[in-house]
Amino acid sequence: MARSAVSDTSQPRLADHVKLRFDAIRKRWVVMAPERMLLPDEVAVDVLKCCDGATPLATIIDRLATDYQAPVEVVGPDVVALLQDLCERGFVTT
Amino acid sequence: MNAVPGSPPVEAAAVAIEPPLAMLCELTHRCPLRCSYCSNPVALEGASHELSTAEWQDLLSQAARLGVLQVHFSGGEPTARRDLPVLVRHAVEQGLYTNLITSGVLVDQAMADRLAEAGLEHAQIGFPDITEEGSTLITAFKGGLARKYAAAAALKQAGVALTMNAVITRHNVERLPQMFEVAQQIGARRIEVANVQYYGWGLLNRAALMPSPQQLAWMTGVVTEARARLKGQLAIDYVIPDYYAKRPKACLGGWGRQFLNVTPSGTILPCHAAETLKNLSFDSIRDRSLADIWLHGSAFAAYRGDAWMPKGCRSCEHKETDWGGCRCQALALAGKADAMDPTCEQSPLHASVRAMAEQEAAANINTMTYRTFTDTAR
Repeated sequence: MARSAVSDTSQPRLADHVKLRFDAIRKRWVVMAPERMLLPDEVAVDVLKCCDGATPLATIIDRLATDYQAPVEVVGPDVVALLQDLCERGFVTT
Repeated sequence: MNAVPGSPPVEAAAVAIEPPLAMLCELTHRCPLRCSYCSNPVALEGASHELSTAEWQDLLSQAARLGVLQVHFSGGEPTARRDLPVLVRHAVEQGLYTNLITSGVLVDQAMADRLAEAGLEHAQIGFPDITEEGSTLITAFKGGLARKYAAAAALKQAGVALTMNAVITRHNVERLPQMFEVAQQIGARRIEVANVQYYGWGLLNRAALMPSPQQLAWMTGVVTEARARLKGQLAIDYVIPDYYAKRPKACLGGWGRQFLNVTPSGTILPCHAAETLKNLSFDSIRDRSLADIWLHGSAFAAYRGDAWMPKGCRSCEHKETDWGGCRCQALALAGKADAMDPTCEQSPLHASVRAMAEQEAAANINTMTYRTFTDTAR
């Protein structure tokens, strides 16, 4: 199996058996994975919602930059770093 | 309010209680294996006391309403319960994320398919070793390893995510590098390099299982190298035998903070070993609601927060990292449930606990007491 690496053309998605769910009790989004869970912050939730396995990373970054009214050069590195980390920890795959 | 001698200080009542994140269901204590490191209590509960299908379903519904997000079906051997797929489906319908903790020896393709169809997300298969001889030494069950491989293949085929739980003792440490290969061969995306934790039968057999500090140092090097090499391919969780640790483990994220455990007969525990604490009394789901037990049960209140802590813990900068360590271990090793966990280097017993582990490893006496039901439990 190839090591996961994030690039502009990657089409990231949640890894198999990883679920982004809204927790109605705590009123926040949570990421469920085998015997693990993540409590993502708001930005991470926005990023993960874009990870549908079809949208290229470059498009995701453009979309978030528009939503946040921030330059792509500012948003891009943060999104790449976040997804690279989540890939290495097995929550996201490309 | 008048202070009652011996009662917890008043501020204990002010501890904010968050809803639990995870619930472990010991569906049964029945198991074809007799593992000498089993974490079940030495006094096992017999089949006639087990909760019914309807009782488990009601409990799962209550758990979801209380805020539980993940449920772990465990045992004994949970697949010995014929209603396991029904319970998995019920949990999934309540929005719970489902994990199975199994030995695998009863899992064939048909069962794996039924579990996957019910919505099971993940299974953890315990491996006492990766040789038949080493596996049988721990389980007293011949042919178990081949069945575990078959179960892994069946679950993988059915589309269930796999974790290999490699349980480490001094008898199998040397095969750790091959265990990473096995994990990848069976298609696991995650491996737990889980040194035995010494509770229940494991505590009883500690002298026959404990690795040496030299083995631990070597193991840590192997894990460090594998983590770097397999990043993004195989997630590696590493749990050391805490007798050799400097800081205690944050037992289940702190007493009564995130986790609850249910015994086969429906006793609700803050952790799986809590019944060793004879000073506490535990509530049953047959008598009270889960929310009532979580919020108001005396056993959950006993060691929640820091009011119970000895002075050295209450003023410690790590108290909200490790939550004072493990109460069951404090009782087992220091003789008092509210003592400092002796695996903490601040404990006056720390050096002697480590020395005891070293001596047991060096003596290398391998007589094991295999898990069994007492006559009264049948």
